[in-house]
Amino acid sequence: MITLNGVSKSYGKGQPAISNMDLQIDKGEFVFVVGSSGSGKSTLIKLLLKELDTTEGTIRVNDQSLNNLRRSEIAKYRRGVGVVFQDFRLLKDRNVYENVAFAQRVIERPNRVIKKRVPEVLTMVGLAEKYKSLPKELSGGEQQRVALARALVNRPNILLADEPTGNLDPKTSFEIMKLLEEINERGTTVLVVTHNREIVNSLKKRVITLKKGVIVSDEQEGEYHES
Amino acid sequence: MRVSTIGYNTKQGFKNIGRNWMFSLASVATIGACVFLFGLIFSIVVNFQYIVKNVEENVAITVLFEKDADQAVIDAIGEQINARSEVTKIEYVSAEEAWEKFRDVYFAGSEEAAEGFKNDNPLAYSSSYAVYVKSIDNQDELVKYIEGLDGVRTVNQSQTAATTLKGFNSLLAYISVAIIIILLLVAIFLINNTISIGIAIRKEEIGIMKLIGATNGFVRAPFIIEGLLIGLIGAAIPLVALYLMYNNVVQYILSKFTMLTDIIRFMNVNQVFEILLPVSLILGMGIGFIGSIITIRKHLKV
Repeated sequence: MITLNGVSKSYGKGQPAISNMDLQIDKGEFVFVVGSSGSGKSTLIKLLLKELDTTEGTIRVNDQSLNNLRRSEIAKYRRGVGVVFQDFRLLKDRNVYENVAFAQRVIERPNRVIKKRVPEVLTMVGLAEKYKSLPKELSGGEQQRVALARALVNRPNILLADEPTGNLDPKTSFEIMKLLEEINERGTTVLVVTHNREIVNSLKKRVITLKKGVIVSDEQEGEYHES
Repeated sequence: MRVSTIGYNTKQGFKNIGRNWMFSLASVATIGACVFLFGLIFSIVVNFQYIVKNVEENVAITVLFEKDADQAVIDAIGEQINARSEVTKIEYVSAEEAWEKFRDVYFAGSEEAAEGFKNDNPLAYSSSYAVYVKSIDNQDELVKYIEGLDGVRTVNQSQTAATTLKGFNSLLAYISVAIIIILLLVAIFLINNTISIGIAIRKEEIGIMKLIGATNGFVRAPFIIEGLLIGLIGAAIPLVALYLMYNNVVQYILSKFTMLTDIIRFMNVNQVFEILLPVSLILGMGIGFIGSIITIRKHLKV
């Protein structure tokens, strides 16, 4: 599903953000990527979203090489990858329904599909009742649910979550993680970048630990070790 | 692109205009000024051309013959003039007709005074040809040719009015082209600013769009629509104004210069708008399109 072979990424001179990384994530896996600031977690997400190009090595996602993607193919590739961020990145001037529908409009789904699919996914994240609310009227946890609904509405094979609980209290963080687990159980491969030790240690999933751009441990049912 | 997508993007284009309405208004006003001036100058230029053409068609070269020229010579001259390609029409005016015309004009109201000449035509030997040409541009050459013909006494031409009109017309055309080009550049610059602000306001949204998998076309479409709309509105307003103004201005000119009503004939407003309407709309939308494309290429590397 996701394969990295000898991937390096440097921003100019100095220490590379990611150095000679090999990684294999299979279909249907749930993976935590942990590490302190500057360990290369965000760079990894950006490489997987094709926001950045590798300096060396190859990346394959969904049986597609990211190295040879043409500009026009990037948009199509991203439709198969859902993404959520720490700061939710919702459109502040549009309500919950429109925020989720936006993802479908962007990929030019017809209106009748949007009208059916958006309520489905809002029900799944438990926000069916609040479809008319604006983001500012929602709690942090609810906003992240909207972001998740938007990431999932196009049925991606892979969901990338960059610090999805970074702005949330512990209880809400667990609720969001529960939701990510459910999404994973439905067959979506989930990759979560996080700092949240409590969550990582309680969920008993595969844990990849990065340090200065290098994988220092990769354990099934792993734990977040202090580096 | 799907119909629903076009609908969605058009709506976004309208929203963009609303979100930064002050700059949109400035852009509409500039394009409006540009199209208004264009329309105004266009109307003047086409009417001038129309008038010049009328004058050309109605101002003839008069060919007078030697006293001893008999009908055979006169006929031969007529044939030779008629054979020239620049000649549209040639009319023979006999001495009697010439006198009648003169009498009607200059003795109008005192016909009895003219009676004195009853049996003695003062314009005897003044039979002539009135020669009409296609364009005054090649009139000089024709005059020289006719002067060289046997039996021709003099050739009178009244070219001044037409050439003055023509000279003024081309001067006007040059000045107007210069003004329009300057206004065009200002309009493109202003649209550029308007779209740049639109892009800045929607930066976050554009970023999200790109991450979700929007194609370049989808991201760009609302901004292009915004530019086209600004151009369309900017062109439509002055066109309506010009349409409403046209007849009033024509009436005003004709009422102020009554002695010119015989010579000057203005074009019908619909005749003018047959060309002015499509050209102005294309001009307005073209400015909008070019302005937005330039900006998108600069700021939206998607």
